[in-house]
Amino acid sequence: MKETTVTGNKTTGAAQEAAQQTQQNRPAGTVVQPLIFELSRPGRSAYSLPECDVPEEKDDSLVPAAYLRKRPAELPEVYEVDVIRHYTALSRKNFGVDNGFYPLGSCTMKYNPKINEDVARFPGFAKIHPYQPEESMQGALELLYNLQRDLAEITGMDRVTLQPAAGAHGEWTGLMMIRAYHESRGEKRTKVIVPDSAHGTNPASAAAAGFETVTIPSDSRGLVDLAALEAAAGPETAALMLTNPNTLGLFEENITEIARIVHEAGGLLYYDGANANAIMGITRPGDMGFDVVHLNLHKTMSTPHGGGGPGAGPVGVKEHLAPFLPRPTVARRDDGSFYLDFGGAESIGRVKAFYGNFGILVRAYTYIRTLGPEGLKRVSENAVLNANYMLKRLAPYYEVPFNRPCKHEFVLSGSRQKKRGVRTLDIAKRLLDFGYHPPTIYFPLIVDECMMIEPTETESKETLDGFIDVMIRIAGEAEENPEHVKNAPYTTIVKRLDETLAARKPVLNCSCGG
Amino acid sequence: MTKHRYLPLTDQDRAGMLQAIGAASLEDLFADIPESVRFKGKLNVSPALSEPALLRYMRGLAGKNADFDRYACFLGAGIYDHHLPVVVNHIISRSEFYTAYTPYQPEISQGELQAIFEFQSYICELTGMAVANASMYDGATALAEAGALAAGATKRRRLVLSAGVHPEAREIVRTTAKGLGLEVVEVGCEGGATPAAALAAAIDGDTAAVLVQSPNFFGVIEDIAAVEPRIHAAGGLLVASCNPLSLGLLEAPGRLGADIVVGDAQPLGIPASLGGPTCGYFAAAEKWTRRMPGRIVGQTVDREGKRGFVLTLQAREQHIRREKATSNICSNQALLALCASVYLSLMGKEGIREVARLNLQKAHYAARRLSAVPGVSLAYPAPFFNEFVLRLPDHVSIPELNRKLLERGFIGGYDLGRDDPALKGHLLVAVTEQRTREEIDGFAAGLEELL
Repeated sequence: MKETTVTGNKTTGAAQEAAQQTQQNRPAGTVVQPLIFELSRPGRSAYSLPECDVPEEKDDSLVPAAYLRKRPAELPEVYEVDVIRHYTALSRKNFGVDNGFYPLGSCTMKYNPKINEDVARFPGFAKIHPYQPEESMQGALELLYNLQRDLAEITGMDRVTLQPAAGAHGEWTGLMMIRAYHESRGEKRTKVIVPDSAHGTNPASAAAAGFETVTIPSDSRGLVDLAALEAAAGPETAALMLTNPNTLGLFEENITEIARIVHEAGGLLYYDGANANAIMGITRPGDMGFDVVHLNLHKTMSTPHGGGGPGAGPVGVKEHLAPFLPRPTVARRDDGSFYLDFGGAESIGRVKAFYGNFGILVRAYTYIRTLGPEGLKRVSENAVLNANYMLKRLAPYYEVPFNRPCKHEFVLSGSRQKKRGVRTLDIAKRLLDFGYHPPTIYFPLIVDECMMIEPTETESKETLDGFIDVMIRIAGEAEENPEHVKNAPYTTIVKRLDETLAARKPVLNCSCGG
Repeated sequence: MTKHRYLPLTDQDRAGMLQAIGAASLEDLFADIPESVRFKGKLNVSPALSEPALLRYMRGLAGKNADFDRYACFLGAGIYDHHLPVVVNHIISRSEFYTAYTPYQPEISQGELQAIFEFQSYICELTGMAVANASMYDGATALAEAGALAAGATKRRRLVLSAGVHPEAREIVRTTAKGLGLEVVEVGCEGGATPAAALAAAIDGDTAAVLVQSPNFFGVIEDIAAVEPRIHAAGGLLVASCNPLSLGLLEAPGRLGADIVVGDAQPLGIPASLGGPTCGYFAAAEKWTRRMPGRIVGQTVDREGKRGFVLTLQAREQHIRREKATSNICSNQALLALCASVYLSLMGKEGIREVARLNLQKAHYAARRLSAVPGVSLAYPAPFFNEFVLRLPDHVSIPELNRKLLERGFIGGYDLGRDDPALKGHLLVAVTEQRTREEIDGFAAGLEELL
């Protein structure tokens, strides 16, 4: 494929620029990297396939010609070094936890241990088939069984399914179980209560499970407004979805009262486990009164985020919800062997093909085994200590909407800087110039110009101090030279991007095949 | 426990930080957790192991599983043993990719964003569709989301689902439909394929979409073009689930009239891993762009006019739309989409055709060879790609057969009787480019001896 087939008005300009820059031999990272399609030269190849060692027949004698492709897929023709250099160049334009501090609130960007990666790549884990005979996957089933048990213990629940692929998927799975539970009791409950500080996935998952969402306000302390909850709870209430510590990083102190209100109304309590990094070995959702909980293994259990996935969102339930678990779960026979338990007729069915994101589950279990019970508790303690230390040091420079001890994360408001014309987005962009990934911004929605900061336990005091010093410096810049902050970043390989253009005139692929 | 290699705070750090905070002890930081819900004692979780001990333990567990390096795999049914080019693992092991979050800050995420843009381009090219998203959890959930899109787009409540769709995907479509209040009508297969006439008969004015898979669960290539006029005449959408590797050789479903094309990218360089994580893909006609679930990357320019990429069309998504979002999905399988992109970059225009051809040729050789075993026949006379169904003699127990094949170094086929009692004695066999003639002949000889 020639560069000219990359349809003119969309990419030719950029392609030419890319080519010119490559010729000028500028250091990698500062140039526009061509699309892999733009590197294509007819006749090059990067593949190595086995010989065809069976007698060949013509394709159209095996498959009717009408089913065969008339025109080959226009994939690029490059050689192996092109592929390596291309993706290495792309990797250098990306920022991960291994590159530096990543205090992205509610995302728990902790260190992703390397042993997890090595173990998940063992052929006995990576190269096995979900349908091979059970006796030929006993090691995998044992691992899954142990993980189910450990996650049940950490969350204080009775049973766990490892099937959901992500947190949002876990939420939906949990809500489908809650729905099945109410239906099994002959009750039609249609409403899910969600605090206004909740993750956006909560209402979206509720809608996908066929529920209406009732949003209740937070009180002046950033906690569930008990009166509002009392007013909202009733015979139509299917569940309350709650994150605890909540997205403001605050522990819902009235949790037992909250549980009582919801349970007395006949509803169930759903625990959004996005913030579980604060509680391991300290308190458990099951003991707080929750009936269902999901965990994000890609947060609390250190599995890598992969640039957006894959993750895993196991769901734990109390015994009364066990009949509704998706199938299959892993069970153990008296003789010590393990098997897939396909459950009973009340199961909500499957929520994902096969048994969940096994490769991620291997990493999570490996992580638990590197820390054990004392280590996991230490993780949560240090995560909370780090967050409180940052909060304390930053409090003089930024507005603190809820000034009391936080858990593993906290929120600041950029409202003071806003008066100088500097928005939270600008502060985030300025942080890029100092080599930091910014915090989560503009979430939760209930805090003006919100910055949500989660340091995690794998960061040292020196790292925290470095980041704090830069935040203080930016606060000073906002006072003295607001324009300087508003035009940031200065050092990144691209400047602020035109998101309006991207959405108004979407160019979503390179139209390489025309 | 005081020291751990992932935890940097020393006792001195902790003391100093507590002092800075003005807390007397760590306990002060947890004072807001009521005593009644505090966990006392030690969690009863698996104990910690040192790195060497943990590696030994995990190797032990892994060693109890029969893996493709030691066993010749003739099992498919949605997960395939394809060659994983060594380059793929080197690229996805770049920690700038795998330790990053979703690319919310485009200035420092151009690598991931461009990689996803290229993935979207690859998927469009293979499927013949106008737009593709950044990926889905897996092929099965992608199919369920396609049904949801169709119902939302047509404001209709019924999905017509071919029984040739993978049974687990069908189950997930049903679970999802229940959540959304949709009805699912299933149309059975004849001779391993979905009869176009039966599909047509199931379509009515309330049909949001017809959902077919090709090659289908039985390996048979469905006649998508025959379904197209009927569903479109009724005002519904045509959803096709396709093995992307087969599209190196088979006609792009977009050119056969599909409105949405989904599938699982596992055959494109993604390890089998007991079935997950894999990577769903989702492609659609342009008019459905703003109804697509999941992340989408678009091209744009920066302040200096330089080409760049961003997450776009986010008005569809949960963090903005909350309960009105097109889907609750807020992640994608970025790292595995990267696997697929690297795989397709390596294969290129020639290689993707060549690997698809090898699958076709080897599978057909195997079908001839295995159906020549006395008592064994090909169940369906229909065209297939790299998977086919063998009919075994009535007395044969397939689980028993597979156990014995395992002893001979083979991972046998899929027992179709486990989903449908009418298909007792039917074995679904997959043959990829990985299988050598020697292995195929050995498998045939083993089968002959065991029957």
